[in-house]
Amino acid sequence: MACQNNELLLPAYFDGELDLVRNIEFEEHLKTCPECAQELRDLQAMRSSVRAANLYERAPESLKSRIRAALPPQARPQPIAMPRRSFEWLAIAAAILIAVVLGAKVLPNIGGGEQDLIAEEIVASHIRSMQPGHLYDVESTDQHTVKPWFDGKLDFAPPVINLADQGFPLIGGRLDYVGHRNVAALVYQRQKHFINVFVWPEDSKPAKTPEVQTIQGYNLVFWSHNGMYFCAASDLNLAELRQFAQLLER
Amino acid sequence: MEEKRGAGQAGAFDQVVLPHLDAAYNLARWLVRNTHDAEDIVQEAYLRAFKFFGGYQGGDARAWVLKIVRNTSYTFLEKNRPADLSEEFDEKIHTDTAEQPGAEAALLQSADTRMVRDALNELPVNFREVLVLRELEGMAYKEIAEVMGKPIGTVMSGLARGRAQLRDRLLHMRPEAHSEVTGKMRGEVRTKVRNELPNELSTELSEKDEE
Repeated sequence: MACQNNELLLPAYFDGELDLVRNIEFEEHLKTCPECAQELRDLQAMRSSVRAANLYERAPESLKSRIRAALPPQARPQPIAMPRRSFEWLAIAAAILIAVVLGAKVLPNIGGGEQDLIAEEIVASHIRSMQPGHLYDVESTDQHTVKPWFDGKLDFAPPVINLADQGFPLIGGRLDYVGHRNVAALVYQRQKHFINVFVWPEDSKPAKTPEVQTIQGYNLVFWSHNGMYFCAASDLNLAELRQFAQLLER
Repeated sequence: MEEKRGAGQAGAFDQVVLPHLDAAYNLARWLVRNTHDAEDIVQEAYLRAFKFFGGYQGGDARAWVLKIVRNTSYTFLEKNRPADLSEEFDEKIHTDTAEQPGAEAALLQSADTRMVRDALNELPVNFREVLVLRELEGMAYKEIAEVMGKPIGTVMSGLARGRAQLRDRLLHMRPEAHSEVTGKMRGEVRTKVRNELPNELSTELSEKDEE
């Protein structure tokens, strides 16, 4: 443990907290420092044991009902008589409005371009999809079921691959609406985290495209591939979400 | 008018706060180590979150919710199980037991589910908390700092010590190492028994501990 990088840089590198430049510098250091390399392997071994142990405790359904029942009466969601489609519209509109009104961080971005609006829409859509019954229109772990399902519902054919072997099983798909067009949303799972991948043709992607963005604690990774534009959205940590994006690109 | 605003706020609450219920429950469950108490704490925290929702300034909703859950959990522990907050971990360094480079990584990799669960469960609450937020919740240092209301430096040192202890514990828990385990074991067994008991019994047990 003589290497002084062990203390600060190594954990920060391991946790994906270094900026790009320091990240590259540290990777160079790793090549020449067996101590740090070994320490990193130990940390990775421990993390993989922790992941494999599936320690995440999900809230029981009953708790959700209990909380809803305990909230003041006007807080309980009113039954919605409108058709589902228009309700979704309202929900998206409301979520964007809320994000704009409440989000101090969002304010400077107004007028900051299409990309930000799309990112906001995607986060709103992702959050909504996490509510019961909204995650998928077609539930299947079979890419050969999910892909044909989109036939005739979209003016393009989204690529659908299952990454179950790499730890990101496909669990379904649904239609969504982002950036003034119908898009495909593919749903993957990483342990207890869900990932929505929004896919649409590259020709209607926003002009300014960052690679990653974090909004309200949700991570977004954007990329283009084979004429399609992709955005993966999840509460999964950025390092793993990026790894997932790279797997999809292959 | 009042009614209308209430409903609008409730809609926002539904969109912004409710999606983090799993994260809230996971944190409470790991902090108080019992499902029954965790459910009560999350319910209380959510009622508080609803009450304070007007003061939510946007930004990271998950961190905002988890901060409330954390505070509620600590208040619960202070009141009901103060001993949990003063738990000390035996910080012996066992790293010199590694026979050769790489041996430790192999051992850590082979730790089974129950070992990992127990090892994490036995850590002092401050280290357990930071590890749960980082490794299970996948939060960035900045977000963890926000949840804990502490500087990033404290998060980093907590993580480093928590990881060292977890590693130590996993290596120590190897089946052949079990015979070395000393008096500390009794406390562990008690916690384990308590966690596996039905809720009513486990509450009773905690009450007995206090006497």
